[in-house]
Amino acid sequence: MALAVQRLRYLGRRALQAVPIILAIVVCNFVLLNLAPGDAASVLAGEAGSATPEYMAELRQRFGLDQPFHVQLFHYLRNMLAFDLGYSFRHSRPVLDLVLDRLGPTLLLMGTAAVVAIVVGVLLGVLAALNLNGWRDTLISIFALVSYATPLFWIGLMMIVVFSIQLDLLPTSGMESVAAFYEGWERVVDIARHLVLPATTLSLFYLALYTRLMRASMLEQAGMDYVVTARAKGLTERRIVVRHILRNALLPIVTMAGVQVAGMLGGSVIVESVFGWPGLGLLAFESLFARDLNLLLGIFFLSSCLVVAVNLLVDLLYALLDPRIEVR
Amino acid sequence: MAEPTPILDIQGLSVALPSNADRKHAVGDLSLQLFPNEIVCVVGESGSGKSVMARAILGLLPVPRVRPVAGRILLEGEDLLAVPPARLRAIRGQRISMVFQEPMTALNPVMTIGDQIDEVVATHLPLPERERRQRILELFAAVKLPDPERIRHAYPHQLSGGQRQRAMIAMALVLGPPVLIADEPTTALDVTTQAQVLTLIKEMQGLRQTGVLFITHDFGVVAEIADRVAVMQRGRIVEQGPAADVLNRPQHPYTRALIGAVPKLEPPPRPAPSSKVPFLEVRGLDKAFRSGGGIFSRGRVVHAARNVSFQLRRGETLGLVGESGSGKSTVARCVIRLVDPDGGDILIGGEDIAHLGRRALRPWRQRIQMVFQDPFASLNPRRPVGRQIADGPMTHGVTAEAAMARARSLLELVGLEPKAADRYPHEFSGGQRQRIGIARALAMDPEILVADEPVSALDVSVQAQVLELLADIRRRFGLTMLFITHDLRVAAQVCDTIAVMRQGEIVESGPTAEIFARPSHPYTQTLLASVPGRAWTPPAFADAPVAAAV
Repeated sequence: MALAVQRLRYLGRRALQAVPIILAIVVCNFVLLNLAPGDAASVLAGEAGSATPEYMAELRQRFGLDQPFHVQLFHYLRNMLAFDLGYSFRHSRPVLDLVLDRLGPTLLLMGTAAVVAIVVGVLLGVLAALNLNGWRDTLISIFALVSYATPLFWIGLMMIVVFSIQLDLLPTSGMESVAAFYEGWERVVDIARHLVLPATTLSLFYLALYTRLMRASMLEQAGMDYVVTARAKGLTERRIVVRHILRNALLPIVTMAGVQVAGMLGGSVIVESVFGWPGLGLLAFESLFARDLNLLLGIFFLSSCLVVAVNLLVDLLYALLDPRIEVR
Repeated sequence: MAEPTPILDIQGLSVALPSNADRKHAVGDLSLQLFPNEIVCVVGESGSGKSVMARAILGLLPVPRVRPVAGRILLEGEDLLAVPPARLRAIRGQRISMVFQEPMTALNPVMTIGDQIDEVVATHLPLPERERRQRILELFAAVKLPDPERIRHAYPHQLSGGQRQRAMIAMALVLGPPVLIADEPTTALDVTTQAQVLTLIKEMQGLRQTGVLFITHDFGVVAEIADRVAVMQRGRIVEQGPAADVLNRPQHPYTRALIGAVPKLEPPPRPAPSSKVPFLEVRGLDKAFRSGGGIFSRGRVVHAARNVSFQLRRGETLGLVGESGSGKSTVARCVIRLVDPDGGDILIGGEDIAHLGRRALRPWRQRIQMVFQDPFASLNPRRPVGRQIADGPMTHGVTAEAAMARARSLLELVGLEPKAADRYPHEFSGGQRQRIGIARALAMDPEILVADEPVSALDVSVQAQVLELLADIRRRFGLTMLFITHDLRVAAQVCDTIAVMRQGEIVESGPTAEIFARPSHPYTQTLLASVPGRAWTPPAFADAPVAAAV
């Protein structure tokens, strides 16, 4: 009971500590993006084909782009604190709506990819370690090496070529067949079919990484003293692996996975672009070329919130798995 | 009365090492018998094969790299080297159990103590959960663990070192095995805890008539606990017999060398100090370490040194003794200013260096040097040792050629070949590396040498040689020495005066002979009473060569 209260208090304190971190990230993003050449006005004017300097000036005034930099930053921060992420002029919609629309698909893709990478990676790693230097170990290690070394976008394209175009098993892009108007379970199945290729592509790299990490971790733990103790107790090898080695070997994977969720967000930009997945990554990609800085900042903000939240979850999970870690 | 039958009978055991090892057999043609209700100590230095022998009995060797190739290990007539795996598993834990050196690593860190012990019972006996728990709680009480219910739910890191080892012993004894193998069970413990655990092992052994095979490197422990002794050297037993005979009338030259190297507990007479003026003086030294904490919490504070004061005259050796965590290493590190003290003064020849900044400290650095405990971790593995010795002088402006020439002559001084300068640390043994560490400190021409447990990682015969070397250079260079140790035997031989530390404070200090003869503080009395084998005085041999084994 006391432990639960302690964990809740820890959660509250960490959430509080996250506020200044996220604010700092927001300021950094704002400064960095303003260093980039070009603004929304020049892109709009460029697309219009011809624009007089007067028209440009008017646009800038309307968007507040003519104000001094620190005033812009101040306004932005004030709006952020009220959860007002601003307005996207490209899409003519509030940034918050746009971003929340795209959050679901991204979480679905990332979550699936992360679960697949961790579960399959751990299983393969254990299998390889238990068959050390056997044919299974060799096969898994080769698979891991190849997946690890191949670029994401290439895997994505090849998957489309093989599974969608040649074999015609799975759809090439998008999240669902909009024109079919599926409902209920049919819709779930449809989305799942669309999910297979992008999730596999995104998870493959991490899967390879966790396989190698888990294999090494299992082998390291197998050489520890407590394994000798367990053997001296008269336990069977299977029980030693399941009860003793596995849990200890999992700890580094949890650490690594927690850190890499941020990396997965980065990877999802590529994967979402290749598969036309309507997520945050694709949105970020589009808004970057449209100089839609408000939208871009909004995406960055949401991503950083996501990373902070996941890190917090991982820390809690770690405390559950490893009694030596205290949450205080 | 019939001839008693041994419960464990090792006959002609040989254990092969991989082909690239420095010798062919870890254990060669070894025969040893263990009878019920006796403690047999197997003594030997590191690499003598004593642990390999112990693990071979339970089939715990890393086969196929290290594997038994000849002989039999009979447990009540059954050959353990020939039984099928399932039978061996049934014997492990139930007929023979084992206690290991380091209870922190020998216990699974993410499983509660209760679960780990319960596993032994559940594997071997078809008992309901409640009876198993009852059994465990009773045993916890028997090994004198406080609050058994709490210990059952605790994780290994939540117990003290002594409690962990008691829990290990409880785990080994839970099924009442007739044979207990204890592999250096007290080596990782503090001396007072060691005394308690030794008493416990002896007590439990007597109650249950267990045959105990006790592996150790420490003749003090042997004197404390053994009924019979077997001495191992390079995989073979060179001498065995009743404890009193082997300890007091050893026959084999190796045994004589080992016993001759054990430092005696009574301090030798020492010349009176030549001057009254303190050369190194520490006054009211304070140091606290803070961990954790941040904007929202205060964190933990550990006072590693509280109002520590002592004086050292030129040419004198002061021993700072205490158990782990007493703060003796922190004081040493403050004195050479590797750690910044929170308060107090450190005076060398009357000048205070406790508060000097980095730059102002530089000229002092070479006057005070340190020899570290771990000869493996304190040398950079990727650089030739000569360069490492030359580094210090070179940063103080000596030319590279001169520094290297000096490094070579220093290596010769500490008993190594000058050629050794071009070799890397891994090419040397532990004792040789400690010699290199001493040469490195000497390269700076220090006036004060701080030695932090310089011999506690070394075997007893090597320890004797390194201590002799330290005494020799101290005389030759007129060094003043601050000697940190947990080993009262070593302190008795090396130090002119002694300061006993506990929990960051010096509880008692004075001339060594006086403290050993009339300890006034209760803690000092406990420490002295805990020295293993204090009732045994190692015999002196006129003929014994000190350096039989390197």
